[in-house]
Amino acid sequence: MAILEVKGVGKRFGGLAALSDVNLSVHENTVHAIIGPNGAGKSTLLNCLVGKLIPDTGSVMFDGQSVLGRKPHEINQMGISRVFQTPEIFGDLSVLENMMIPCFAKRDGSFRMHAFEQFSHEKELIDRALHTLEDVNMADKKDMSSAAMSRGDKRRLEMAMCLVQEPRLLLLDEPTAGMARADTNNTIDLLKEINEKRDITMAIIEHDMHVVFSLAERITVLAQGTPLVEDTPDNIKGNPKVQEAYLGEAAY
Amino acid sequence: MFGLNAKDTSLLLIVAVLTLLAPFILNPFPEGSDLAQFNAGYPDLMQRFVIFGIFAIGFNILFGLTGYLSFGHAAFLGVGSYAAIWMMKLLSLNIIPAIIMSVIFAGLFALAVGFISLRRSGIYFSILTLAFAQMSYALAYSVLTPITGGETGLQIKPTDRPLLSNLADGEIGRANLFGLDMRASYEMEVGGWLFTFNSGYYIAAVVMLLAFYMSIRIFRSPFGMMLRAVKSNQQRMNFTGLNSKPYTLAAFVISGMYAGLAGGLMVAMDTQVGPERMFWTASGEVVLMAILGGVGTLIGPVLGAGLIKYMENILSKINDAILHQWFAFLPDGLENALVYLIHPFIGKGWHLTLGIVFMLVVIFLPGGLVEGGQRIARIFRRKKRTDSAADAAAKTPAE
Repeated sequence: MAILEVKGVGKRFGGLAALSDVNLSVHENTVHAIIGPNGAGKSTLLNCLVGKLIPDTGSVMFDGQSVLGRKPHEINQMGISRVFQTPEIFGDLSVLENMMIPCFAKRDGSFRMHAFEQFSHEKELIDRALHTLEDVNMADKKDMSSAAMSRGDKRRLEMAMCLVQEPRLLLLDEPTAGMARADTNNTIDLLKEINEKRDITMAIIEHDMHVVFSLAERITVLAQGTPLVEDTPDNIKGNPKVQEAYLGEAAY
Repeated sequence: MFGLNAKDTSLLLIVAVLTLLAPFILNPFPEGSDLAQFNAGYPDLMQRFVIFGIFAIGFNILFGLTGYLSFGHAAFLGVGSYAAIWMMKLLSLNIIPAIIMSVIFAGLFALAVGFISLRRSGIYFSILTLAFAQMSYALAYSVLTPITGGETGLQIKPTDRPLLSNLADGEIGRANLFGLDMRASYEMEVGGWLFTFNSGYYIAAVVMLLAFYMSIRIFRSPFGMMLRAVKSNQQRMNFTGLNSKPYTLAAFVISGMYAGLAGGLMVAMDTQVGPERMFWTASGEVVLMAILGGVGTLIGPVLGAGLIKYMENILSKINDAILHQWFAFLPDGLENALVYLIHPFIGKGWHLTLGIVFMLVVIFLPGGLVEGGQRIARIFRRKKRTDSAADAAAKTPAE
């Protein structure tokens, strides 16, 4: 069953058609990769899914409900979390505090006036936050200032912040960009584990073919704002159209 | 204690002890001595310390936590003051209804101003709040004269007959708390010293301690954490399912209510209001207080408020005659030269000194006076450690 259904989405920036007639369905509990050369419209598509951009045409349905016209926080409350290309975390807050904010968002909704409650009384939430930090091997860094961490750690923290919300769909925008090979492999393992253990559907935008082919069960290839093909990794590898448009002739 | 951790409790207790003993602490010099003019322990100034402390604490909840720099906070102070004086004129000379009403009115006004201003952030937000404050000032100064008394402002007049009072004919009402006059003072003479215990000061001080306690609770609450998240990364906040707008609006209204509380207390201490209370320089002053003391720290804004009010009241009283007296022991030429050099920095020129202090703090202590204190504490700690290290080294026998 498709949890995310994108139909006929188009988006223009002035004279440039960034997206035209994009159709995409992400099935529940799968890892779906969206690949394509630079400027293919991958990030624009992602922004249309999370409410950062509003498409000019088409529809985006998540679990049978339209996300169009909803604000980013409403879309997140529906169950879509997003990891950004450059890690977006709360740099002024400690690692644990970073984790607590999605915990509160999950429990209390998009606004609650808890001005006289005490942070230290939220044992249950703190436990859950620490537990998720352990899952990404960051429990020892819980009191660190998050601004002082390495980029890889920031990204792992951001992923943990998304996971602790237990989203139904996790969108990842180049989760391994700028990572060393070892870190990339760790991230792949982490994402595999998340997908298997937590039943979280994932849509990944990625440049690194190693990542794409180790994780994805289905792949959509975007080129110049339109989907070229949508198929399984094996078929994508063998598809001459994809090789020509994206991978280059010598790649495989 | 009181739902605070040990560190915050001790901070609260230290502040409580200092404010309650302020009449002693601020009067270190004997009456009639040359240095007596540096004494700040008289009721009028002490009241100002704590009232502006409240104002700055509230401002810091907005600016320190969310990073939204409001340049129109004096408008809420003014609205609170007008609300309070009208309560005293019409309903009761007891300060409690007056103060409650000032908080409510300032809160409602902040809700309206915040709702519009918070559509923008950064410099545009600051300019919007400034525009609102200047409009309020202009309205109070002229258009709304029937309500605000225009240029002359409002005072309690002999003709005012509050509903719940039994004043004799022609008697001018005085602000009180269940009969306790705000101006009542007890003076204690010890040796050459004169200590004044003023009822108005103590009431304002207790209110300030409550306001300070509430601000600590807000800083340490999940709500406070959300406000820091607003400052840190609004995009991440929105994509984490949180609506940052109501959080910032709530912070804006709370800080407006603090300003209203300060305005109400000002009227309780000195029953008069004028539109100049809402002028933009008054809004700028609270920004300076927060930055001087340390933005985003608990105690910083109170220290900043104290320093500015001290300089405003003490430095501005020093004149050339006093300087000549101080330097009388020097040869005439040197004495005149020194007085000539210092002259621009005192009396009416106290703003110059304030400006220099402000620049020095911003350049060398970006974290304000609180950072200064922390640095000094660190130096002492390091010194202790090197001392003990040196001791240990001395004890080990030389090879």
